Amino acid sequence: MDIFEEIRALSEKYPDRRGALLHALYVAQKDAGWLSQEALNTVSNALNLPQATVKGVATFYSMYKHRPMGRHLIQLCTNVACMIMGAESLVDFLKGKYGVEPGGTTGDGRFSLVIMECIGACDRAPAMLVDTDFHSDLTEDNIVEIIEEYK
Amino acid sequence: MEKFLLKNIENPDSASLEEYQRVGGYKSLNKALQLEPSDIIAQVKAAGLRGRGGAGFPTGMKWDFASRDVKFPKYLICNADEGEPGTFKDRPILEKNPHLLIEGMAISAHALKSDRGYIYLRGEYPYARVVLEKAIEEAYAKGYLGDNIAGKGSGFHLSVHQGAGAYICGEETALIESIEGWRGQPRIKPPFPVNVGAWGMPTVVNNVETLANIPLIVAIGAEKYSAIGNPECPGPKLFSVSCCVETPGVYELPMGITLKEIIYDHAGGVRGGRKLKAVIPGGISAPVLPPDGVDCPMDFVNLPKRGSMLGSGAVMVFDDTVCMVKVCWRAMSFFEHESCGKCTPCREGTGWMRNILKRIEGGFGRDNDIELLQDISLSIIGKTFCPLGDGAAGVVLGFIKNFSDEFRYHITNKKCMVSKDL
Ligand SMILES: Cc1cc2nc3c(=O)[nH]c(=O)nc-3n(C[C@H](O)[C@H](O)[C@H](O)COP(=O)(O)O)c2cc1C
Ligand code: FES
Repeated sequence: MDIFEEIRALSEKYPDRRGALLHALYVAQKDAGWLSQEALNTVSNALNLPQATVKGVATFYSMYKHRPMGRHLIQLCTNVACMIMGAESLVDFLKGKYGVEPGGTTGDGRFSLVIMECIGACDRAPAMLVDTDFHSDLTEDNIVEIIEEYK
Repeated sequence: MEKFLLKNIENPDSASLEEYQRVGGYKSLNKALQLEPSDIIAQVKAAGLRGRGGAGFPTGMKWDFASRDVKFPKYLICNADEGEPGTFKDRPILEKNPHLLIEGMAISAHALKSDRGYIYLRGEYPYARVVLEKAIEEAYAKGYLGDNIAGKGSGFHLSVHQGAGAYICGEETALIESIEGWRGQPRIKPPFPVNVGAWGMPTVVNNVETLANIPLIVAIGAEKYSAIGNPECPGPKLFSVSCCVETPGVYELPMGITLKEIIYDHAGGVRGGRKLKAVIPGGISAPVLPPDGVDCPMDFVNLPKRGSMLGSGAVMVFDDTVCMVKVCWRAMSFFEHESCGKCTPCREGTGWMRNILKRIEGGFGRDNDIELLQDISLSIIGKTFCPLGDGAAGVVLGFIKNFSDEFRYHITNKKCMVSKDL
């Protein structure tokens, strides 16, 4: 099924096709990791919604990306529990080790780093999501091991 | 206490329908389908269940309002947004006991005569989505969801709607906007969702844990249920305990247990035997308590008397190595990031307060900064569409009330009161 068809099918779950918009944006973002103008247009055509509406919604939610991202997405939490357990020094550590700032991408395009609010893993802080996998109880040692698994 | 919400989750197969049924699952649904919808609502009312999403609204009353509305279809939405920092209590239900939630929703749908439900799941829980979708598929295959549930004629369809990283979508009217495919900005109330909710129709929004309590009420009856914990707001409650304790995690305990018991008897006490400095009892939006607050029972009745609230039941424990100004700044930076931008006092006020807290924390505080923070807080409270702004203001006021010495020390001495050697 191509993306257009996949998005069409999603709208069956809602009394009004607009309900499928959030899900559709995920579908459109899946392959490239971000939403290009072309991807937004596909969504707007498939759901028959104005382009402005689609863009307005896509820019409200932080998990939709609007510029090219690395092959993997590291989403590191720095909220209170993670902060107390050392997340800030992990941010500095990643900066030093991979030369990546929060919001940035490594030079080789391998991963992008995004700072998150609480991701619901505070009992094993500090924690992060790499793509869709949870990793917790992070330290400078194990964070490198984990990141090295994502090529 | 015998576990109900987290029953059997140590079992690696706990999420499967077969395993759930092996330990008695879906019996309550079969029982409920023999009952009149109005009888179930009466039972939930008599049980005294109060919503576990934060506000503690009586569930039976909410259902009653929705069922009195003559419009159809009616929608049932499970709030699985779980965005409140410090909160991770719904996650074990979603990831390890999904059929308990589905059973609870199917019973609720029968009571409300709703034939369509959604689980609004936060974008940050991708694994829960996989588990839920599989469980929903299993439930359809067994006839617990679909057009003709358990052969009893009533139908209920359910699917997952995944959010995309916006805390505000946990607020029920913003959540509804988001399900409809809009930016997640709250609506003015009234009208309340029970009358004008999703697509203009009567809609019940309940938290994951609230819905997961329904099978228990049906199984043991209102009387026995209301004998669990504090009779004024009874039932089992999930507490997610984090930060400076020996064994952080989710604990299922009776409502009304004291904070002290949670911290010392269940979470292993303050880490390394250190001194307790402060506790946030209900997620970051709940005002902080000083150490003597730990004798307070954890429920919707007693915490407000101490100037805080039960909120999501997320207990955040701070020892003497933690700087209160820094925690307050980080909390405010969260609120600023998550303010949806609709109401000026919240959108601007949270940003101003974040900046002021940052400068105090960094040793650049000014003499009247505390008064300025109080002034901004009081200019937000009661002047916004939804309670996010009130929450942010309450957090600052709580920290200033209980730790004003520490804030003043920072401003006067241009440095942190907490010794770096601790
Ligand atoms: C800013 C804000 C965030 C909220 N986040 C959540 C949430 O993540 N999960 C939740 O169940 N309720 C949340 N709520 C409460 C909901 O608005 C609503 O009261 C609740 O889902 C009702 O369910 P209950 O009656 O079962 O508690 C939030 C409220 C506000 C104001
Ligand atoms: S604060 Fe980082 S996961 Fe909750």
